[in-house]
Amino acid sequence: MTNLVEIRNLRVQAKTDADRTVDIIRDVSFDIAEGEIVALIGESGSGKTTIALTLMGHTRPGCRISGGSVLLGGRDMAALPQKALARLRGTEVAYVPQSAAAAFNPAQTIMDQVIEIVRIHGLMSTEAARAKALSLFRALALPDPDGIGARYPHQVSGGQLQRLSAAMALIGDPRLVIFDEPTTALDVTTQIEVLRAFKSVMKTGGLTGVYVSHDLAVVAQIADRIVVLKGGEVQEIGTTAQILEHPAHPYTQQLVAAFKPATRSKTVAVDTVKRQPLLEVRTLSAGYGPIQPNGRPLAMAVNAVDITLEHGQNLGIIGESGCGKSTLARAIAGILPPTDGHILLDGRELAPSARNRQREDLRKLQIVFQFADAALNPSKSIDDILARPLGFYHSMSKRDRDQRIDQLLDMVHLPRTVKFRRPSELSGGQKQRINLARALAADPKVILCDEITSALDTVVAAAIIDLLKELQRELGLSYIFISHDLSVVQAICDEIAVMYAGEKIEQIEPAAFGAAGGHPYSRLLHSSVPQLNPCWLDALEQDPELVNAFSKR
Amino acid sequence: MNRHVLMLVVNRLIIAVITLLIVSFTVFAATEMLPGDVAQILLGQAATAEAVAGLRTAMHLDDPAIVRFARWLAGLASGDLGTSYANNLPIADLIGPRFLSSMKLAAATAVFSVPIALFLGITAAILRGTLFDRVVTAVTIGVISVPEFMVATSAVLIFAVYLQWLPALAFANEVHSFGELLRVFAMPVITLSFVISAQMIRMTRAAVIETLNTPYIEMALLKGASRRRIVLKHALPNALGPIVNAVALSLSYLLGGVIIVETIFNYPGIAKLMVDAVATRDLPLIQTCSMVFCLGYLLLITIADIIAILSNPRLR
Repeated sequence: MTNLVEIRNLRVQAKTDADRTVDIIRDVSFDIAEGEIVALIGESGSGKTTIALTLMGHTRPGCRISGGSVLLGGRDMAALPQKALARLRGTEVAYVPQSAAAAFNPAQTIMDQVIEIVRIHGLMSTEAARAKALSLFRALALPDPDGIGARYPHQVSGGQLQRLSAAMALIGDPRLVIFDEPTTALDVTTQIEVLRAFKSVMKTGGLTGVYVSHDLAVVAQIADRIVVLKGGEVQEIGTTAQILEHPAHPYTQQLVAAFKPATRSKTVAVDTVKRQPLLEVRTLSAGYGPIQPNGRPLAMAVNAVDITLEHGQNLGIIGESGCGKSTLARAIAGILPPTDGHILLDGRELAPSARNRQREDLRKLQIVFQFADAALNPSKSIDDILARPLGFYHSMSKRDRDQRIDQLLDMVHLPRTVKFRRPSELSGGQKQRINLARALAADPKVILCDEITSALDTVVAAAIIDLLKELQRELGLSYIFISHDLSVVQAICDEIAVMYAGEKIEQIEPAAFGAAGGHPYSRLLHSSVPQLNPCWLDALEQDPELVNAFSKR
Repeated sequence: MNRHVLMLVVNRLIIAVITLLIVSFTVFAATEMLPGDVAQILLGQAATAEAVAGLRTAMHLDDPAIVRFARWLAGLASGDLGTSYANNLPIADLIGPRFLSSMKLAAATAVFSVPIALFLGITAAILRGTLFDRVVTAVTIGVISVPEFMVATSAVLIFAVYLQWLPALAFANEVHSFGELLRVFAMPVITLSFVISAQMIRMTRAAVIETLNTPYIEMALLKGASRRRIVLKHALPNALGPIVNAVALSLSYLLGGVIIVETIFNYPGIAKLMVDAVATRDLPLIQTCSMVFCLGYLLLITIADIIAILSNPRLR
């Protein structure tokens, strides 16, 4: 087999805000054979997208290719002028973006954008292009292939847009297709459909592909070979089977290990004392929008949910985007006052709105948000950020506060010198630790963790989970852990509440999750989580009725 | 979907009418509060008390304010703008020609400045960070900072006094040929363009830059689209809403805010008419001028909003 792509000693430079140049890609070399799908895998900042974009001769603003060559069919994409590159883009090499929702122009119909490549390059008549687009829509198993092209991007779902963006890439018959994290923004049940569609068009067309992802299990389903990247350097290159079964490089081993299931067994009650419910939520409803004549908001997000959290236990809340899990957390915290229902903390009823709650109640119940950067004031030092809850809840003197801040930083395993920095000077994982430390500063009994690991890389997320467990052992905390990621929830929770369309459909132990007796949606969710096994997708059989009933395709 | 758009547009129009009502009330109330008695002013110091009382009755000045307001509003709605206190001419006749010449000046300025401003704003956005962009940005900030009387008097000083290329005063009624038209309008139009273009350039540049930073622009680039296609097909349609609003806001200034330019160039426009009306306490004329300005402003903003609604498929 001949090589379609040969990358040699690729270097990419980026200019920082301080006008310094740093190498973000260093000496990367690999080949892609004709008809092969190669995955680029790594954490955020590992340079996987940057490398993929150099295959189109493109770098993001502020970056430039500073050395090496990127040969595509014998032409060096790193050296061609813009005009020549524009001729190859869409015809020789095409791109499937990470977020199709953002990559579609909101002001044009889908069909116009799908066949735009044909128009730009004058490949065929508009009628022929439309016919070809329709056949691609069918091949990608899109619903209503004849009508979908006339719609605007906001009128179709995320999973459909992602498949449409593949049609957009394939319309010009490219030799190489670049998939840039195309399923990362999708729910697991949707991801399966999209992955299947991608795999089938790539295989039937005998196309060459580059698949960029951070998710080893997803990559395992579609790639022939895997390139493992870290910090802009290649760590290991191997066939998919070799990387999964015999990872040679320590970093690859770490990546693979982060996928090993680690289900927590229910902690056995230490004493015979009847366990007290710590937090009880009774028939809680909440929603958004103006209040309607019937006294409820326009869009209900949570409907009559009951949950109970016992002392020292962790409750996971799992569900796909839009199921109301974050709204539930906001309602419990009083940020979004619930319209109905009761919240009892330690047997005391809490006011619906945080404004009306007593300071002591606020102190006991803390919340940690998904996006650490958004939750930390960028103009305050870490010192100020942590001192505020200490002053607010405990009225501590300046000296006590300093001491306590040092303790808190020790607890979350950050060096004490961090307190002189500002949030922007910390990494994502460090910021999430500060967020956690701020919640701990109140000496809470319950911490609501709202997708706190979702924005983090696998290895960093695993460290945060370990930290949560350690803090629980030392401080006797209880967590309500909200996530869409089943493996994370299974790793830390004693019980899992499954939510769907604003309602809790069942509450079970992690080990029983997805078992035969459970709710059909739980089973669907469980079976949709990608496994490291490369044959998983092909062997997966889901009840089509179940998929139709619950999956938002 | 079209019903939905119609609803949005009708909604927008209803809001405009309500705004107009509120403004008319405010205008009426404000002129009511002006000190002095109209009959007394009209008849002068020497008038007898009986004469003043007679005039008050004749002019219905003794009616409650709300009745006079209703009568005035009804008159406006039926096209009867009332009679000037100062010279007893129908206000429609007074305002008509002035309004027309104001519109001429506004139209000439718009035709001249809007394309230039859009062109500069869009090119500056595309060539962001280059020397061209920096020069445009610096110059627009400079222009915003210079008050218009400064621009106007400098223009008179340079073009009329030293170079003697252009007439210092603009007698719009004595225009007979296109060449004369250009000469008469040149300085007022240039002065006004300076004032209103700067804001349009800045807003256009910001709106286009914002859309150029979106992922769908990168996607278009990766499809092999030319720069021209990217800007015209992908960036501009999405930047249209904010751009049209910026243009409308700037143009609305041409209706009432041109008093300085009209005064310096002695241009017989409606803004000057209103200032003269204030000097003679000609209340009906002041009220009508205010309403004309407000109507023009509302019209522009409403049109901009409707264009923004129509250009957005998510609202459409």
